[in-house]
Amino acid sequence: MIKNFIENAGWPRVIIGLFLLGLFIAAPFVGVRVDTSLSDTLVRFGMNAVMVLAMIPMVQSGCGLNFGLPLGIIAGLLGATLSIELNEKILSWCGQYVNAAAWGAPLSFASAIVMALPIAAVLGFFYGKLLNRVKGDEMMIATYVGFSSVAFMCIAWLLLPYHNPTMIWGYAGAGLRTTISVDGYWFHVLSDFLAFTPFGLDHLYVPTGMILFFAFMAFLVWVFMRSKTGTAMTAVGSNPEFARASGVNVDRMRVISVMLSTMLGAVGILVYEQSFGFIQLYMGPFYMALPAVASILLGGASVNKASILNVAVGTFLFQGILTMTPSVINSVLQTDMSEVIRLIVSNGMILYALTRKVRVKR
Amino acid sequence: MRFPLFLNSEVILLSEVPLLKLENIGKEYYGNRVLSNVSFSLMRGEILGLVGENGAGKSTLMNILFGMPVIGATGGYEGKVIFNGKPVHFTSPTQALAAGIGMVHQEFSLIPGFTATENIQLNREVLNPSLLEYIFSHRMSTLDRDAMRARADTAIRTLGVDISPDMVVAEMPVGYKQFIEIAREIDREQTRLLFLDEPTAVLTETEAEILLKALKKLAESGIAIVFISHRLNEVKELCDRIVVLRDGEVIQEADAKTATVREIASWMVGRAVSEKTEEKPQKSHVIHDETALKVEHLWVDMPGETVRDVSFEVKKGEIFGIGGLAGHGKLGIPNGIMGLSPAGGNVELFGRRIPLNKPRRALDRKMAFVSEDRRGVGLLLDERIDWNITFTAMQVQGRFLRGIPGILQLRDDEAMRKETESLIKLLDIKCTGPAQHAGELSGGNQQKVCLAKAFVLQPDLLLVSEPTRGIDVGAKTLVLDALREYNEGHGTTIIVTSSELEELRSVCDRIAIVGEGRIAGVLPAQRPAEDFGLLMMGQMPHDEMEATA
Repeated sequence: MIKNFIENAGWPRVIIGLFLLGLFIAAPFVGVRVDTSLSDTLVRFGMNAVMVLAMIPMVQSGCGLNFGLPLGIIAGLLGATLSIELNEKILSWCGQYVNAAAWGAPLSFASAIVMALPIAAVLGFFYGKLLNRVKGDEMMIATYVGFSSVAFMCIAWLLLPYHNPTMIWGYAGAGLRTTISVDGYWFHVLSDFLAFTPFGLDHLYVPTGMILFFAFMAFLVWVFMRSKTGTAMTAVGSNPEFARASGVNVDRMRVISVMLSTMLGAVGILVYEQSFGFIQLYMGPFYMALPAVASILLGGASVNKASILNVAVGTFLFQGILTMTPSVINSVLQTDMSEVIRLIVSNGMILYALTRKVRVKR
Repeated sequence: MRFPLFLNSEVILLSEVPLLKLENIGKEYYGNRVLSNVSFSLMRGEILGLVGENGAGKSTLMNILFGMPVIGATGGYEGKVIFNGKPVHFTSPTQALAAGIGMVHQEFSLIPGFTATENIQLNREVLNPSLLEYIFSHRMSTLDRDAMRARADTAIRTLGVDISPDMVVAEMPVGYKQFIEIAREIDREQTRLLFLDEPTAVLTETEAEILLKALKKLAESGIAIVFISHRLNEVKELCDRIVVLRDGEVIQEADAKTATVREIASWMVGRAVSEKTEEKPQKSHVIHDETALKVEHLWVDMPGETVRDVSFEVKKGEIFGIGGLAGHGKLGIPNGIMGLSPAGGNVELFGRRIPLNKPRRALDRKMAFVSEDRRGVGLLLDERIDWNITFTAMQVQGRFLRGIPGILQLRDDEAMRKETESLIKLLDIKCTGPAQHAGELSGGNQQKVCLAKAFVLQPDLLLVSEPTRGIDVGAKTLVLDALREYNEGHGTTIIVTSSELEELRSVCDRIAIVGEGRIAGVLPAQRPAEDFGLLMMGQMPHDEMEATA
């Protein structure tokens, strides 16, 4: 039975899982609080899970891992900054229908999502068209798309005509700051929804709303993947020739998947920011793709097959390691090894998973 | 880098024993038997013609004798090979070369950027002695270009052609490349047995004549030759003896001088099976007068299977066969009609034109296609059987979905499972259930899944390409029976494309033979096998064909 479980779960997950468990067991002995660590893990899970979810459509359609996630994140950042810039106008407009004073934060957050989605859709459309021209090298090109879009936006953030004094540089009166606080707008709008501390443990904070939101997004993805289009998308990823012979427009499916991934990326960064409390511009999105890629691979996805379970398991394990290694290992070794171990684990997982690429058995 | 010369004297002493003797050679690929009990022998200086249809086992036999790694990787072979009086078992081509077996492949194995000389002498270059050679190895020596050139020139002249040894291979016409390839083999001093796999296929008539003459000369000098060709006239002219392979067995060994081309053709395509076909009761299906499919001046640009100009008509309810040798375009026809390969011309289904190059439009018109490339096009290997079977129907006909059309429709897993289970039962697909992945099934069962996929579409016209390729004999019968039953049960018009003539003759009403991208002729399936064989070789007198049509 154990053998069966290991086979189903896969060795990497068993090993990382045991490692994580070991860290939790060791924590109290080196003076690290288990409840705080668990809480941190849950919060990080909620923050990152939607961005990991953004991998699924592209993986399923055969476009590979979404190394171009920064593109979606940029759309999310535009939505976030616009929601702050236009906060008053939005709230006064919404005030005609609802009590804007009571619903200010959720409305503002919803407006960020609503504004981010069309931007993400448009960017995703062109990103998808580009990926259709480089079939077979999607991941390489996606990486460059991500990096170059970040570089481009570094210029744009300075030039875009934002005016809200909480966002722009104080001394110049123009250009967005590198870090913008969302406090007073939609800080913890999801995290604090139905949040509680079970068993009277003050340090075990459970961000219920954020996890529920991830569950909702996961449900949407699940429903989509079961629709006719979602099924066609999976078939395109599995065997494009088969899909073509079945009358499916392969290129169109791929573009749709890239658009979806980009839109999920946009929503993902908004969830991240409301919990983190800050919008990070400029080089902020630069390395966001790697942890998300590592997470889904850690969860057992391959380059062309991924499920929502992969996302949940992978994000939890990856973020767990990320939370626990710095505190526990540092306390044990008395040196700062955490970053090194983190890099080895996350990048090692990517390497391992890439060698697991499912080959068509001939 | 020369082999010691005494090897040659040894040969002379042993000249009375056969140079090559095969005893009960057999070979299986993944449980699929391709060769069984092949035995024949070859004397020194003899030219043996090896003929057979595509898939008769010729290439596999060559691979075994030449020690190609693919044989070892797929479980080795049965039987004994005795070369030069000693049992041998080559595991790599290097060993076969060292023993004195040369091979000229169908595909050119030449380096395009090198000259003729360099290609001929590759890895056997004449070297200048040098000091470095003693310190390191002969790898450090320089080349004696003049000697190399002279040797290459001799080899080329032996073949009776005039090609400059300094010519770069990339700039040569295909015929020249073929000669260079042969020159390379005869340049090896120890070569005592030479395999030629369709060497004349790319040559013009004059070039072919020169080559045949050269081969005869080689044989006189004591080299034994195994000559594989589809051009039966050449085989008859050149060879001393002919061995006919069919379905992996030696069907006939004959003296090339006495056997007629017609006889050879009939051995190749299988007279024995054709007698069985004629005993079969009259087909019970109904053929209507109405034309189901009309194809006019169809061209298809499918790599390796170019269709140039094809016109034919198929009646409603008919089973129409398309045969011909590999590479002549028979596979291009269904792929072109279904819009999978770039095509042009006029295709009408029940009087309405079908737009080409658009698979979806073809499927919308209730045509279904079972591809010859089962693993590449026909299946989702990493997905479940029920997905494989119902996917096309779901995408094209909107079936196996539930919910509100136009708003939200989700997969109906229950309906998919039920349909799949009934088809698994109907076609007797051996699997653990609808959830098994298609990639885990055997070839025959995969083919049945492909058929099931087409049946679910409830097509008016079913195109089936190579329905029995790569599956064993038992599964073949089941697949063909399934096709026939479907035709009888639903009155569906079926077009079967296959390189196995016997298979076509057993299921079809009429068979079109395709040669070089054109229809060479359409004959009723009851015609004797050798007529088809001759048509395939492009040797049916034109007037005779007209008379039968």
